[in-house]
Amino acid sequence: MKPGVAVIGGGPAGIGAALSAARAGLAVTLFDEQPGAGGQVYRPLPAPFAADSGPDAEVGRRLRAELAASSVDARFARKVWFVGPAADGYEVRAVGPEGAETLTAPRLIAATGTTERIVPFPGWTTPGVMGLAATTIMLKAQHLLPGANVVVAGVGPLLAAVAVGILKQGGRVAAVVDLAGVGEWAAAMPAMAARGDLLARGIGWVAQIKRAGVPMLARHAVVAVDGGDRVTAVHVAPVDASGRPSGPSRTIAADSLAIGHGLIPATEIPRILGAAVEYDAARGGWITRADAYGATTVPGLYVAGDGAGIAGAAAALEGGRLAGLAAARDAGVLPADRFAAESAPLLAASRRAARFGGAMARMMAIRPGLVAAIAHDTVVCRCEDVTRGEIDEAIGAGARDVNQLKSWTRCGMGPCQARICGDVVGELIAPAVGGRLAAGISTARPPLRPLPYHALAGTFAYDELNLPAPAPS
Amino acid sequence: MGTALVETLRGAVRFAGSRRGAPVTIRVDGVAIAAHDGETVATALLAAGLRAVRTSAIRREPRGPLCLMGTCQDCAVEIDGATDLACQRFVRDGMVIALVDGAGA
Ligand code: FES
Repeated sequence: MKPGVAVIGGGPAGIGAALSAARAGLAVTLFDEQPGAGGQVYRPLPAPFAADSGPDAEVGRRLRAELAASSVDARFARKVWFVGPAADGYEVRAVGPEGAETLTAPRLIAATGTTERIVPFPGWTTPGVMGLAATTIMLKAQHLLPGANVVVAGVGPLLAAVAVGILKQGGRVAAVVDLAGVGEWAAAMPAMAARGDLLARGIGWVAQIKRAGVPMLARHAVVAVDGGDRVTAVHVAPVDASGRPSGPSRTIAADSLAIGHGLIPATEIPRILGAAVEYDAARGGWITRADAYGATTVPGLYVAGDGAGIAGAAAALEGGRLAGLAAARDAGVLPADRFAAESAPLLAASRRAARFGGAMARMMAIRPGLVAAIAHDTVVCRCEDVTRGEIDEAIGAGARDVNQLKSWTRCGMGPCQARICGDVVGELIAPAVGGRLAAGISTARPPLRPLPYHALAGTFAYDELNLPAPAPS
Repeated sequence: MGTALVETLRGAVRFAGSRRGAPVTIRVDGVAIAAHDGETVATALLAAGLRAVRTSAIRREPRGPLCLMGTCQDCAVEIDGATDLACQRFVRDGMVIALVDGAGA
């Protein structure tokens, strides 16, 4: 029997890893939550929709075809809720359409992508406020405009992509509100030129937005949303380079807001398995320590794609291929000379793509002034409704890291398991404890995803599950 | 009728030219809502103008889908009797949805 590898995540990194590992002779099992491969950037339209066109749709289609033609055992609509060490490698537990499944593999590649950072502001919990990534999913995978009049705000390449996606369908964009200044974009140009194709696409997007007469507010932030149960207006103000509001606000009428302040690598699986992590704001924050091929500090465990440090979808595909080759080499099915020959061009391509992605990641790094400006009574932890004031109080009372803060305030203890607020909370406590390293990162533990109880009934003892305690009512 | 129209107008908007799946009907807190095969419960609710789908745990404030990728949990509603994430489930004809705490309705 062929030695195996489990790949978690079916985005570009996971697909690249699965394909190269399978070609090199490993038995590959790939798990993904979605009904088809592609991840967030190349996410397919669900089959009942008529097929789509466009460059990302093309890349996605090609990758899915390659995957379908390969020997990869690709399992979609699977929620991986548990990973752990096993005697002969790693155990992966998932639930899917056919119920619970367990797989043991000697090697594991985590290609779990990112979550989007949204730095809280008054009204950010209003229904109709959604992430830029969420809006991208709406546009690409559901053919839906977020509203009739949308403010698009935040930072990074998704800003223009989302605005253009709305305009192309005849939607109205009330304004594009960019944390970054014109100078920041100019400074990023040389690195972005490493991928001239992507740079040209971005410039084309900006031209389309300008042609449509949409106001583009550079170095501005959303400072409040009015509405209550729906969005009625968005308040924006100029900010300084750190994101701190630095002038009077103005009001823009809108019925929805698409907003995102950068991407945060998902590191839960490597952390659960004991891999070393490090903090690098310019690559998204906490990332898994890995070599150029994605090998972590834990034998047999690899990371690839944005989950290993933000570098973008193009770099993710090459990075995934490298991780797949490394797993095959370490399993003994890919001789060293073939590994060297096959990895060299991939390494060069991934470095080129990562130069572009790295410039975007630096621009999307958390802006301390924006975090510092969060108002006292603004909810930071959506799950448990914990405010900035309550967090400050706990810090004042001596909470020394995010996990202590969690047990004192319940901040980050809810069902999202701190995936939405954790990064911002780390930034809030950092100044009091000497920085982000000291502030730490919320402890990762299974279940990786909250699961409906019925999905697992009968497959395990209830107290195996370390569910977050229910909220007091 | 008037209310229904306003609700529709302030919802998310289906692309004019998009060729969607077959029409299906879901029931949301007893009200029939038109959707299409291939849409998620979350997007069907948004397109119907139902942006607030639950109330928050402590403050009981209206909440709706934020991430659409299974992370934020703010789209958790009751689907055919069990709590699940609206953004991770596709609609089926006859599906019965209950908004959690009847938020914002
Ligand atoms: S919208 Fe965030 S989990 Fe569904």
